[in-house]
Amino acid sequence: MFYREAGDFKTSYSEDSQTFPILFDRYRYYFVLVVGALVIPFVLNDYWANSILIPFLIYAIAAIGLNILTGYCGQVSLGTGGFMAVGAYTSYKLMTAFPGLDMISVTLLSGVMTAMVGVAFGLPSLRIKGFYLAVATLAAQFFLVWLFNKVPWFYNYSASGQISAPERDFFYFINVPVTGPNAESWAKYLFCFLFVFVLAWVARNLTRGSVGRQWMAIRDMDIAAEIIGVNPLKAKLTAFAVSSFYVGIAGALLFTVYLGAAEVGEAYGITKSFLVLFMIIIGGLGSIFGSFAGAAFMVLLPVVLKVLLVDTFGMDTALSAHFQFVIVGGLIMFFLIVEPHGLARLWALAKEKLRLWPFPH
Amino acid sequence: MKKLTLLAVTSAMVAGTPAMADLVFPDLSYRTGAYAAGGIPFSDGYQDYFALLNARDGGIGGVEARVVECETAYNTERGVECYESTRDEGALVYQPLSTGITYQLIPRATADGIPLHTMGYGRTSAANGDVFSHVFNYPANYWDAASVIVNQLLEENDGSLEGQTIALLYHNSAYGREPIRTLEELSAMHGFELTQLAVDHPGQEQGNQWLQIRRERPDYVVMWGWGVMNQVAIQEAINTRYPMENFIGNWWAGADHDVESAGADAAGYRSLNMNRLGDMPVFAEIQEMVIDAGLNAGDGSNLGNVLYTRGMYAAMLAAEAAAMAQEIHGVADIDASMMRDGMEALNITNARMEELGMPGIGPEFSVSCENHGGSGMAIMQQWDGSQWVTLTDFIAPDDSVIDPLVAEDSAQYATENGIESQCGES
Repeated sequence: MFYREAGDFKTSYSEDSQTFPILFDRYRYYFVLVVGALVIPFVLNDYWANSILIPFLIYAIAAIGLNILTGYCGQVSLGTGGFMAVGAYTSYKLMTAFPGLDMISVTLLSGVMTAMVGVAFGLPSLRIKGFYLAVATLAAQFFLVWLFNKVPWFYNYSASGQISAPERDFFYFINVPVTGPNAESWAKYLFCFLFVFVLAWVARNLTRGSVGRQWMAIRDMDIAAEIIGVNPLKAKLTAFAVSSFYVGIAGALLFTVYLGAAEVGEAYGITKSFLVLFMIIIGGLGSIFGSFAGAAFMVLLPVVLKVLLVDTFGMDTALSAHFQFVIVGGLIMFFLIVEPHGLARLWALAKEKLRLWPFPH
Repeated sequence: MKKLTLLAVTSAMVAGTPAMADLVFPDLSYRTGAYAAGGIPFSDGYQDYFALLNARDGGIGGVEARVVECETAYNTERGVECYESTRDEGALVYQPLSTGITYQLIPRATADGIPLHTMGYGRTSAANGDVFSHVFNYPANYWDAASVIVNQLLEENDGSLEGQTIALLYHNSAYGREPIRTLEELSAMHGFELTQLAVDHPGQEQGNQWLQIRRERPDYVVMWGWGVMNQVAIQEAINTRYPMENFIGNWWAGADHDVESAGADAAGYRSLNMNRLGDMPVFAEIQEMVIDAGLNAGDGSNLGNVLYTRGMYAAMLAAEAAAMAQEIHGVADIDASMMRDGMEALNITNARMEELGMPGIGPEFSVSCENHGGSGMAIMQQWDGSQWVTLTDFIAPDDSVIDPLVAEDSAQYATENGIESQCGES
């Protein structure tokens, strides 16, 4: 009923293989884009921007990045936090060394830098797999955090080792600040929205194309993939590069736009790696929509619980914080057991049912 | 979409807190996580004092004080969320009790015109009010603490630390790194050797650091720890048989829960404190009007311990500043900018502390536009195996070392962020 395919004819191959083949889905996608880009910036208040939407957008980028590596290419990574730190420190060094640089260039360059670091740490993936690779990336996490703590050059020799983002503009002819305390919420939001839109669009098309097919072939069975002509070196390293690029951009945005100041051990510690991993587990491995769903879920859950338990039921703040651990832990177990493909799979199932409704098989 | 309905539901719940005439003091507390042991008593003391003011005096200047608690778990992102969610309720002053969160909030709160009171933590150079218009770190800051410890050691060693070694055991975060600059300066000045031993968050892993202490036997170990790190360090010191008298913590490493687990074995351990302990009349009032009346924030068991007292002291300073702001502006229902003026005009005297039922709880000090840092004095206390005892009177730091450092660091911040002098003309 909701997904009426009658009359929605495809007359060319490109139409048949588009991302949203169903008209309703396509319209919904345009609707979300229009609301996100043209409506929300005008009605946004600071609380919504800084506590919910901006972190959601930033974590969505990180989740897409990790999903490319883990969900699409099957390379387990626990180094997300470390790679995010690379993005953050690159953007800090760029912002302080080149005050004239605009934020779009800074953020993209941070992504490029992280991609290079990611490839370096991806090299062991050619030899080791699965659990062992997870440990190797864990080493990357600890090494990078240690490095940014140890070498004062990275934090410009400041007394406390904190890095803080100075005020910088959107783009070189759009003189609207997106970092620093005077940045308006709508500017920060639109800046992140732009990155999310472009990056998600690129990721979706990458995973549908030949590169993505190679990643998935490696994920599903690497020996078979090699026999049919997939170059594992190229496939794995491109996955590490693209994934790190995304994660680096997320880390840079988290520091520059969202936090404004950061300390590597606290903001980019191992808990951040787990957080992003939980996002893709709950959202859905190997799905772009799942990355968004997981990020939204993990960002919103603490806020919803706080509003519900503390503000509505008058519960103790500590108790509600403990409840949050219980609920997140329970949900991770639930999804791993019942639906390993996460929220994205549940969403796809709901769509399937709606397409057949009211005549199920 | 599911997500959007969820958003709509939460927005409906977020909106709609009635605006009443009250003075809002947000409490960014942490009662969970690795640092909860320190966060709970501080928050209890902070909230109970406002409860006492409401119960005894009907608030501050006739207006009820309302504490809005928000759990941060010592996490900066949660802290920012707490700030955003409580700001619109008319928050007067923030006390994040976390150096990390303070760094996040300094630019935001300054842009929003809400003062921050970071008592003995946060960004040390914020003592320069000429640059940091909305940040106050009276009565003392980290660099004062480092200097006070060295001054005390100088006194014990007949004025010379030449050739001695001091190991700094610090939490590897902005908090723990703060004293390094000062100690380096002081080490050059007084000729002692400084060894730096970093302990990573949350601080349970200290085996290597204590191995090094065991090998090198520094004359003194100075600890900049917080949370679970303190307990572990004290136990490690006992295991290493390090002389406890030569092991000195800063004021965040000297609370009851830090030493209670080691008990009598930890006897001799010393730490700084910016607030004095003891049986003050105010505790009896809190017991009677707050705890017995069931208005207390926690379970009431922390009354009078080190961090409870410090939380209460912080609340007292905030309440005094609010009263001062009411006096300056002649309005009872003050806002954040008036609160800032009140904090800047704050003058704490012994007579006033006596009047409030907490004689000599802190040093006498006054705040000015240029100086947001207070007197910088602290006392030294010692654990005798069952309780903390005060060893010294308030010890002054060496301002000739600290003032140039503050000026240098704040000037760097001012140029990085394009801040102009706040106090120039007036």
